[in-house]
Amino acid sequence: MMFVPGNNPGMMADAHIYGPDSIMLDLEDSVTMTEKDTARLLVYNALKSVDYGDTEMVVRINPLNTPYGKKDIEAVVKAGVHVIRMPKTETAEEVIEVEREIEKVERELGCVGRTKIMAAIESALGVVNAYAIATASPRMMGIALGAEDYCANLKTQRTPGGDELRLARETIVVAARAAGIDALDTVYSNLDDMETFRKEVEFIHTLGFDGKSIINPRQIEVVNEVFAPTQKAIEKARTIIAAIREAERKGSGVIAVNGKMVDRPVVIRAQRTIDLAIASGIIKKEEENV
Amino acid sequence: MSTLKERGALVAEAARKMDKPVYDGDIFNKTPEARRELQKQSPKLATLEEAIRKSGLKDGMTISFHHHFRGGDKVVNMVVAKLAEMGFKNLHLAASSLSDVHAPLIEHIENGVITKISTSGLRGELARRISTGLMEEPVVFRSHGGRGSAIANGDLHIDVAFLGASSSDPLGNACGYSRSPNAKSICGSLGYALPDAQYADKVVIITDDLVAYPNTPNSISERDVDFVVEVDSVGDSSKISSGAIRDTKNPRDILLAQQAAKVIINSGYFKDGFSIQTGSGGASLAAVKYLRDSMIEKGIKASYALGGITAHMVRLHEEGLIDRLIDVQSFDKVAAESLMRDQAHKEVSACEYAAADEPGSAVHYLDIVILSALEADVNFNVNVLVGSDGIIRGAIGGHPDTAADSALSIIVCPLLRGRIPCIVDEVTTLITPGKTVDVIVTEYGIAVNPLRPEIAETLRAAGLNVVDINWLKDKAKSIIGDAAPLPFGDKVVGVVMNRDGSVMDVIKNIEDPEL
Repeated sequence: MMFVPGNNPGMMADAHIYGPDSIMLDLEDSVTMTEKDTARLLVYNALKSVDYGDTEMVVRINPLNTPYGKKDIEAVVKAGVHVIRMPKTETAEEVIEVEREIEKVERELGCVGRTKIMAAIESALGVVNAYAIATASPRMMGIALGAEDYCANLKTQRTPGGDELRLARETIVVAARAAGIDALDTVYSNLDDMETFRKEVEFIHTLGFDGKSIINPRQIEVVNEVFAPTQKAIEKARTIIAAIREAERKGSGVIAVNGKMVDRPVVIRAQRTIDLAIASGIIKKEEENV
Repeated sequence: MSTLKERGALVAEAARKMDKPVYDGDIFNKTPEARRELQKQSPKLATLEEAIRKSGLKDGMTISFHHHFRGGDKVVNMVVAKLAEMGFKNLHLAASSLSDVHAPLIEHIENGVITKISTSGLRGELARRISTGLMEEPVVFRSHGGRGSAIANGDLHIDVAFLGASSSDPLGNACGYSRSPNAKSICGSLGYALPDAQYADKVVIITDDLVAYPNTPNSISERDVDFVVEVDSVGDSSKISSGAIRDTKNPRDILLAQQAAKVIINSGYFKDGFSIQTGSGGASLAAVKYLRDSMIEKGIKASYALGGITAHMVRLHEEGLIDRLIDVQSFDKVAAESLMRDQAHKEVSACEYAAADEPGSAVHYLDIVILSALEADVNFNVNVLVGSDGIIRGAIGGHPDTAADSALSIIVCPLLRGRIPCIVDEVTTLITPGKTVDVIVTEYGIAVNPLRPEIAETLRAAGLNVVDINWLKDKAKSIIGDAAPLPFGDKVVGVVMNRDGSVMDVIKNIEDPEL
């Protein structure tokens, strides 16, 4: 998930060409008070007019307790955003409140349920409530760690090894897994130290995170390399894709692979594995019937 | 017994038959001075004014310059100021290229000192003024190879060449570097100056480090030199480029570089013994970095790297990945210093580099070239000279020479520069014909010339995003919209020569955007 400031039209216009899995246009911390309205308008128009292809589009809104939150939700839901990212989430109630606002706009548009929610956990209270937050709404698709605010709240500071984040990271992964949603790790902001960045990505990959938040296209390659699927996973995915193709050809809706029923999420995951393998350059597009 | 005296009559007889005089021993006076002292009396040593006067330069003649000091050049402005002071008029200035630093020429054009210009490129204020119609006669633009050919075959006759050199001895053996402790400047290769030195009627070397004879190995030979002028400074070496290897951090350049490297690696030409030329832009330099990784991984070595040589290429050469460097122009100090000390790093003239009619020119044996572009169009024509605003802001360089003669020419060009689309319906000015351009790499996809279907196939098979050039053009339009037509006038301000000496395109004047 690549962070892109919502007040930078140049970056918003071509963020997708670098091939991130998802793009988060930011209306919150990267936009100053005086530019909140401008940025909202820019983000709205970017979502409406830029062809982001199949990149997942996320917008980080301002909290609802600011004068901007509600307006942010209205604009980006109308623009067709896939996911709204809530900053500094501490309780399930906050999620429910955002969901209520989203639904209000969606009802107006006649597309109830379209917009997903992801919550950033950036405080001790948020970590304690991680599972409740993760399960607060059926719209919840992921929770993420926001390390800077979390460290400030914890009265500590970030270290290269990340010892101070261990509990938060593990709690977030466990809560996400228990809730059946994605877990995303925090950003690493020193662009000149790719070695430490790689170590951190390897570490959070081991912890079980589904992905990493990034702040620059240069970080994409490392994340893709670390998250590249194993040969075994690719073979399994290929078997599933082949089976579904065969079933489609025969007109059968339900398939089984090695005696296990294969339903839609399994197929999506298999396809994602193949896509990830192609994105990581492990296999070639032509070899797959994609 | 036979004596000299006795043979005198026979000597006279032989001389008469051969129509030669008889040797007169009295006219030989041996000079006793130590030769380190004697060379200081070289008849070639002169002040700039003396050299100009003795060269026989007259109004209406052609003077020439090289641009190896690029933005740091001091020779053009110094010489033309002196010519103006001496009252010359109506001169034809034939430079290998001109840049921002040559804005003082505007005044000399207005005063009639310079009335005609031939060059590879123009930049800055001088370019803007010429684009808007400063000169009566159009500027003639040639590629580096085209200029070499034109000088050699007489199309471009040079009366007096003024060639800056970082060292010269009093006889005119000159180099683009100096081995002496007094070295003041360095520009490396003097490749673009060599045709001038060889073919100009008179050659004036202007140096800021007059060294003792013999300044060998030399770039320019004393045989071609008529005058040697010592001055305080010929150029600011720091402006040929920074000395250190810089890796671009611009994500778009990195993406373009990665794609260009992938095109090369999968093109079928990436084999042991291949040859390559790259430009000095961020994406080109970064592409070399990715190629290097792949060369090491696959155990592939290049036979030579050509062209503007950069610190990146020197590094690959020193690592054993590139056997020889063929250098017509050193793009930075590292390359210039390597040329000075490394026998395998060879200086070549513009003709040996890229002349179409020189069978041995290095571009004929070039496998791969990576080039940039201001614009490319749906017919793969490329423009590197005139901006999308109609103002001249670049140089032809070796672009059309290398594109035409290489086995695989790759243009690296962003689809958009800010709000300017770079893939368009038709280029503003035709510089490199589409037939010679094989692949265009943009951040949105890779277009392959339909004339090279086998390249498209192999790149597709490698999983690269090969797209139709029209799709790229439409994509740019969908983001930017249609540009307003440029306000061109009816005056021809520039003529673009093809490298074969034919006229390929003209540049019309544009309304002054500041009026």
